[in-house]
Amino acid sequence: MTRSATELTVSRDDTRIARLAAAAIALTVAEAAIPLPLPGVKPGLANIVTLIVLWRYGWRDAAWVSLLRVLAGSLLLGQFLAPGFFLSAAGSVASLLALGAAMHLPRHWFGPVSHSLVAAFAHICGQLAVARLWLVPHDGVFYLAPVFFSAALVFGLSNGLIAAHLLADRSHADRR
Amino acid sequence: MARARLTTWLRYLRAGDLFVLAAAAAACVASFVLLWRGEQPDRAIVRAGGQIVAELPLDRAAELTVDGPLGQTRIEVEPRRARVVADPGPRQYCVRQGWISRGGAVAICAPNQVSLSLNGGGNSHDSLSY
Repeated sequence: MTRSATELTVSRDDTRIARLAAAAIALTVAEAAIPLPLPGVKPGLANIVTLIVLWRYGWRDAAWVSLLRVLAGSLLLGQFLAPGFFLSAAGSVASLLALGAAMHLPRHWFGPVSHSLVAAFAHICGQLAVARLWLVPHDGVFYLAPVFFSAALVFGLSNGLIAAHLLADRSHADRR
Repeated sequence: MARARLTTWLRYLRAGDLFVLAAAAAACVASFVLLWRGEQPDRAIVRAGGQIVAELPLDRAAELTVDGPLGQTRIEVEPRRARVVADPGPRQYCVRQGWISRGGAVAICAPNQVSLSLNGGGNSHDSLSY
């Protein structure tokens, strides 16, 4: 085989992030198969991965996994650079910023469920901001906000519980 | 492996989580209350042939008769609602619509070219598609 001119050194961080991002992407694609009543309301199962990564490896890894997931997920679903992609990206950036603040809450009191709820609400706020400023420049978008917030409450709670469960269950595994 | 019962799941909730959960639920309720209350209309606008012929405040009762190509359309206003009482049009859609009370609601008597609409807090669209 011809030797490549550029040598990419793959660090352990890279492989770990790639593996976790792959899990998040798989969840995104699987979730796209679930029929949903309203555009914008979905469980956001991939965020379970982000929560686990944040809890175990910190904010930098969570940001990598989350943004790689948005990018690769949109490519796989044919949504790259479509409005849905920008909504997704805005939601993810908003959640990551909110998580950056929420992760400093004392862990004794605030667990993954808090993180999940904060991230879910920030996600909706980020999406609504982009939708209002750019896609639907009219206050009518806020008419649907209560539905989105309710979805954030339900799925934020359930995703947080699942993340907490996985963290408790496998806290000694996956150490490589 | 133990069955995932409710108590098993509740174990994952820490004290602060309950606080965040309560705050999130409160935010949901507040968003419903604030955003789904609907705009309160403050006046009824009557048009004939596309021209505004009257703007009636919705805080007191009033009656109005408008002339159109077919004859006279009678409009009645009460506090916070308005209706078309009588119209010479053949199908009477605007009359059968009854009282209208939401901001942006319209009763149109097309044959007689008269419309009654409620306005409140800026111009609202009747529909959005995306």
